[in-house]
Amino acid sequence: MALFYQIPKLNYHKPKNLNEALKLLKELGDAKPIAGGTDLMVDMKIGRVKTRNLIDISDLREIRKIEFHKDSIIIGAAVTLQEIINNERIRREIPILVEAAENLGSWQIRNVATIGGNICNASPAADMAPPLLILNSKLKLSSINGDRVIPLEKFFKGPRQTELMVDELLTEIIVPRESCNAGMKFIKIGRRRAHTLSIVAVAVAVRTMEDKIEYVRIALNSIAPTPIRAYKTEEELIGSRVNEVEGKVKKLIEEIKPISDVRSSAEYRREMAVKITIDALKMSIENWRCKEK
Amino acid sequence: MKIIRFQLNGKWVEVEIEENMTLLDLLRRKLHITSVKRGCERGECGVCTVLLDDKPVYSCLTPALKAEGRSVITVEYLSKNGKLHPIQEAFIKSGAVQCGFCTPAFILTTYALLKENKNPSEEDIKRFFDGIICRCTGYVKIIEAVKIASELCNQS
Ligand SMILES: Cc1cc2nc3c(=O)[nH]c(=O)nc-3n(C[C@H](O)[C@H](O)[C@H](O)COP(=O)(O)OP(=O)(O)OC[C@H]3O[C@@H](n4cnc5c(N)ncnc54)[C@H](O)[C@@H]3O)c2cc1C
Ligand code: FES
Ligand code: FES
Repeated sequence: MALFYQIPKLNYHKPKNLNEALKLLKELGDAKPIAGGTDLMVDMKIGRVKTRNLIDISDLREIRKIEFHKDSIIIGAAVTLQEIINNERIRREIPILVEAAENLGSWQIRNVATIGGNICNASPAADMAPPLLILNSKLKLSSINGDRVIPLEKFFKGPRQTELMVDELLTEIIVPRESCNAGMKFIKIGRRRAHTLSIVAVAVAVRTMEDKIEYVRIALNSIAPTPIRAYKTEEELIGSRVNEVEGKVKKLIEEIKPISDVRSSAEYRREMAVKITIDALKMSIENWRCKEK
Repeated sequence: MKIIRFQLNGKWVEVEIEENMTLLDLLRRKLHITSVKRGCERGECGVCTVLLDDKPVYSCLTPALKAEGRSVITVEYLSKNGKLHPIQEAFIKSGAVQCGFCTPAFILTTYALLKENKNPSEEDIKRFFDGIICRCTGYVKIIEAVKIASELCNQS
């Protein structure tokens, strides 16, 4: 029977631990790690990704943990989005990750899709990227030869292109504790409310002092080849009064490069990017004031 | 080829499969469980939903080998000795079935939802059902069915 979608023949490897996975990755040379498979299975079906070897990393204990340290919170790359949503401490300490995860895909997707897969897939529309960017997150990339830690901003190179070498895995997402001390908000716009990729999404983190913005982080997806921080708009906002926010965010238009695609026109994206950034800033300021009390 | 061992509806089975096979094809083509439907085959429509270790997943996006050593539940699991499960009764009672193509997926997802949350609100139901499309009912009757099912399950 001819089927419309057929994944070409391949070998499916299930290493028992991280070390074995890293060794295999090095030895095989052309292997692809598979976590939840929600991006990769589609890509293999449509022929966008071709590989003869899959390495299943979804059960590796070393990258399925969530740890709360004094200076940082570490989330293993193979932690699923539903596990993030169900984790009470994450909900309390980094609620913005829960907000973003709850709006990603459907229950069936969230049950298997991993936070690491969302980042490594490097889609311009990755929903976990904006919150992780405003949290100044770092990534631990591991190979059989050792580990390196890089800031998330340095990871994305282009659509589906990353800093990862062929023999490397993303193992940990490191969120510095001090970044959690801010008012935050995530807003996503799609073609419908649920189970859809973003037309544009924004995450904002703010601290104010005496009615002036003293710390701000803004990150968006779907308006450039990769998820990005809006550095110029952030600079523009530092030191301004809370009631000047709206005017200053108009500058955002100069630093984003949306395109038209099946989900939206570039014009709509541009306007909505500004609109939801203003909304998210206002709500973040409000959240910060509640937090300070 | 590889041999896979997993629990299908409570019974251990052992099958020889190609390593590129999806769980959908393993269930439908090898084991002839046709209640698991083939729809979009790319995670959009939800009719291929099964429970993997009690959690709803899309079998079309799940490599069959991910089921190794785990439990897979399809809608066949629910009725016992010719007697329908209260969730199935509820779907009949509220008229939540028209063509029936989406029904196994909705019933399995209801089963998983009620295990986690015995009294889901309408909002909860909508949120947890966001991944299955029904092109017949308009969802109103399905949501009603879940409410009836939760009452029936709480009684028994
Ligand atoms: C119907 C549907 C709806 C979706 N909706 C959304 C949405 O709303 N928002 C959104 O952002 N995304 C969405 N997605 C995309 C996808 O579900 C997410 O990006 C998900 O988080 C990917 O995680 P995964 O574990 O399934 O990745 P996989 O598919 O397993 O992997 C994705 C890629 O990353 C690589 N990879 C995975 N883990 C690692 C690692 N630890 N180290 C190195 N490389 C790794 C893989 O080799 C592959 O190239 C949707 C997908 C589908 C099918
Ligand atoms: S067939 Fe699996 S989601 Fe449509
Ligand atoms: S009853 Fe026909 S698709 Fe739902």
